[in-house]
Amino acid sequence: MKRALLAICTLMLVTGGCSHKSKPQPASIQPIANGTAIVESSGGKQIGYIGMPLDQPVVVQVNGASGSGVAGAAVNFSGPTGVTFTPASALTDSSGQVTSTVSLGQQAGRYKIVASTPDASGKKLELPLDEIALGYQQTLGAQLNGQYCIRCHDPESTPLRVSNMDNLSVKPHPFTEGDTLNKISDADLIAIISHGGPALNKSAEMPPWGYTLSKSDIAALVSYIRAVADPPYESGGLVYAQK
Amino acid sequence: MKNQLKAVWQFFFGDSARAFGSVSLILLVLLAISPAKNHFSQWRHYQKQYLHLIRGRADAVTLERHFQGGIQQIWIPEQQVTDRCTTCHLGLKEASLADVSAVAFRKHPVVPHSLTEFGCTTCHRGQGAATTVEEAHNSTEQWEQPLLPAKYIEAGCGQCHLEKPTATPFLNQGRDLISSNGCTHCHTIKRGDGTYILPDDDPPSLKHIADKTTREWIYAWIKDPQAYAGTATMPNYHLRDDDARDISAFVISQSTALQPPIQPGQTDTKPAEDPAAGTSLYGQSFCASCHAMQNAAGILVGGNVGPELTGIGTKAKPEWLQDWVANPNHYDPGTMMPHYRFDATQVATLAGFLESKTEPDLVANVHLDPATSPQIEHGKKLVVENGCASCHEINGIKKPENFAPELSRIGSKPLSQLLFVEGVEHTLPGYVAAKVRSPRAFGPSLKMPQFNLTPLQIDAITTALLAQTDRSQTQPPAMRIASVQQTKYEPAGHAGQLMGDLRCLTCHVINGHGGDMAPDLTWEGTAVQREWLTQFLKNPETLRPALIRRMPKFNLTDAEITTLADYMMTVYQTPQFDRDSLPVSEFSPAVVEQGRQLFYSKFACQSCHIADYAKDKGYIGPALAGTGKRFYAAWIYHWLQDPQSLRPGTIEPNQHMTDDEARSLTAFLMSLNATGSKEATKK
Ligand code: HEC
Repeated sequence: MKRALLAICTLMLVTGGCSHKSKPQPASIQPIANGTAIVESSGGKQIGYIGMPLDQPVVVQVNGASGSGVAGAAVNFSGPTGVTFTPASALTDSSGQVTSTVSLGQQAGRYKIVASTPDASGKKLELPLDEIALGYQQTLGAQLNGQYCIRCHDPESTPLRVSNMDNLSVKPHPFTEGDTLNKISDADLIAIISHGGPALNKSAEMPPWGYTLSKSDIAALVSYIRAVADPPYESGGLVYAQK
Repeated sequence: MKNQLKAVWQFFFGDSARAFGSVSLILLVLLAISPAKNHFSQWRHYQKQYLHLIRGRADAVTLERHFQGGIQQIWIPEQQVTDRCTTCHLGLKEASLADVSAVAFRKHPVVPHSLTEFGCTTCHRGQGAATTVEEAHNSTEQWEQPLLPAKYIEAGCGQCHLEKPTATPFLNQGRDLISSNGCTHCHTIKRGDGTYILPDDDPPSLKHIADKTTREWIYAWIKDPQAYAGTATMPNYHLRDDDARDISAFVISQSTALQPPIQPGQTDTKPAEDPAAGTSLYGQSFCASCHAMQNAAGILVGGNVGPELTGIGTKAKPEWLQDWVANPNHYDPGTMMPHYRFDATQVATLAGFLESKTEPDLVANVHLDPATSPQIEHGKKLVVENGCASCHEINGIKKPENFAPELSRIGSKPLSQLLFVEGVEHTLPGYVAAKVRSPRAFGPSLKMPQFNLTPLQIDAITTALLAQTDRSQTQPPAMRIASVQQTKYEPAGHAGQLMGDLRCLTCHVINGHGGDMAPDLTWEGTAVQREWLTQFLKNPETLRPALIRRMPKFNLTDAEITTLADYMMTVYQTPQFDRDSLPVSEFSPAVVEQGRQLFYSKFACQSCHIADYAKDKGYIGPALAGTGKRFYAAWIYHWLQDPQSLRPGTIEPNQHMTDDEARSLTAFLMSLNATGSKEATKK
């Protein structure tokens, strides 16, 4: 009997794929206040790895009519199969915020998670957030990017990595800039990475990497660029959302 | 009742014709069970589903042609792989099925290995020969290896890959953490190639600890190492107050005075009145390359090669600090810290500066009565029981052998041999992660202490441990990618001794031995000119404007510099070419001009390098404005053509330039004769 049930469940999972609804969250948390809006404080659009907790927690804030945080409002996190939240539901703290650590699912792709809170009338206010899980190939791309590309392509500096972008006369695009990068075909991306800017009639300040990196390294860079694009690249992998 | 039964019997077996009929019917049903079971089996259902899926797609014909019904199997006897996963996972090799939402039928994501050569269970685990979902994926009584959760998937790679593949950051990080947290002081972890994961946290000897610090500080430290320094890797033993009292008593009592002894008030120079002098000497000496310290805003700044220094004044005795700064070899001949040649005033200034970095709260409430001998005895017993000597040298206590279980095959440990407790997921990964996360949750009397790890670090360590499978130990050697082991290279002779004293190999790698903080010096003698080297050792200027870690000034004497330069220029030469093979005199002004064009237009070198401080800004690579005074032309010429052949792993891209281009560029670069750094030029 147990087996039959399991088989049926698995079948459902397979047919429904990843859009299968996750377990209902325990509705044990009773709000002592209600807000009129739920907004993101931080933690959306992170780039993480399959099955792993995201680097930063997701922090959301419930606001009242005055626009400031409401303490004691119930926030509930939900997401597609495989995504876990610790905690999955909680009451907002004195500044109206809830912090949750999010682990992504087992497959590479874009995960749509939702933070929700009931308003005074019991209607659910929802805040959708996107998180990205990198698989094997994109992780390779991410590592190579960190080694070879990021100092020119990312305007942000860290203590161990000073950005070189300001020193360039033509500004490269951060790889998250989907508006620009999504318009470049895979073949053109491979061409510019392999042979440098002049391959696409662009600046030679973009060096050629084809004699330093292997073909599969360059394919990995392209798959990373596609995975992190914002707005998303149309066929940039799967999107997981709740039904 | 009896009559009814009799009637039924009569109906089926009343006469021989009836009996024959009934028996045949029963037999027929029995015979049909097996084919029916087959017909209704799970995998057939999946195959039907798959066919249904592909028939709706544009490339149905191709996909159907690839489809093979029935049980499929990948059989690789040398690797003990008998995987039937492809019976249900039918689309693994179909490029066009990459976007299918049903995981079961999706194309396998891109990995560098083919299914046919490696099978599935080699990386994913699970029961390959099973033909039901449950048996293949989950652990059953007969088969304990369930599928590996995605977050630990790099453990699959780590069975064969003993090096650090670029694409497995968590595996690599986990292995590094095992070394840097010193796990293998107590646990043995043997890799498949017979080498061991060695600790590299370098815990200090306690033989002369009373010269260095006080019993009160030891008490506070062993109670909670992270209260002293958040970055401390020493774990927390959750000691009771009286146990910490007794251990501190014993640790002090076993300490003997250093020989020759540390001189109290070795210098009569008082710590500098001017606090800025200490700060600036600390900065000039680039202490922060290795040591972290909290700044005024409470932010930790600096490296993690040496211990954090935020509260060093509370920990170390003033005379010890002076002695250490003057020459660390005196207290610890095995330290990674170089012997800076500070003069007496500098020693006092720097030691005074460090003394002022205190955390008085740490010991403010520690009041210990003089130790009694039963306390010392009890302390000794605790030190033995807790295995302190696994990490620290302690007078009178031998390093225990095999203090903790060997973990070389922890990734294949049968669940029946593990003791689970409430709240721990009943799987091997669940067990390993829980052990790393909070060892004492498995019993308050267990010896393993609490390490200070983030959730991501715990997952990384778990990944590295799960890679230690039976397969990793027993597979054919041809399957393994060897780990990159440090060589035992040490520079020889008088210069070698000097380089040892300066701990060059803490930061630089030479002939495969050393740290990765600073450039590889293996071919330095072919690369740079002697005058430049001499000048640099005297006064190391900054070559890379964007670098925080820098070469410190060691205050070397002229004689020492001559010794070092002679040795490096003679010994560290590449056999690939002669450094004198390209005389600068051969370059005409026209060639130099050609090189300038190439530098600024075709290759746009200025995006990473500075050739002219007045107009270039790129700072990923070293500044090149003084190239003509620094390098040999032959080195530049060969470097330009294939940088990785001279320094494997350098990020300088190979631009695939022609001989002529490389010559012209070399000519241009050798014409650059600026002295000093940007700061110097500005003045
Ligand atoms: C020395 C700085 C530098 C480095 C390092 C660098 N790039 Fe670029 N890259 C540029 C510049 C400058 C451009 C813009 C060229 C233009 O628009 O004319 C560019 C453009 C590109 C483009 C086209 C889209 C855009 O941003 O305009 C791609 C794709 C790209 N780079 C990929 C890479 C990859 C992948 C790497 C690492 C292997 C890398 N780059 C490393 C400087 C760099």
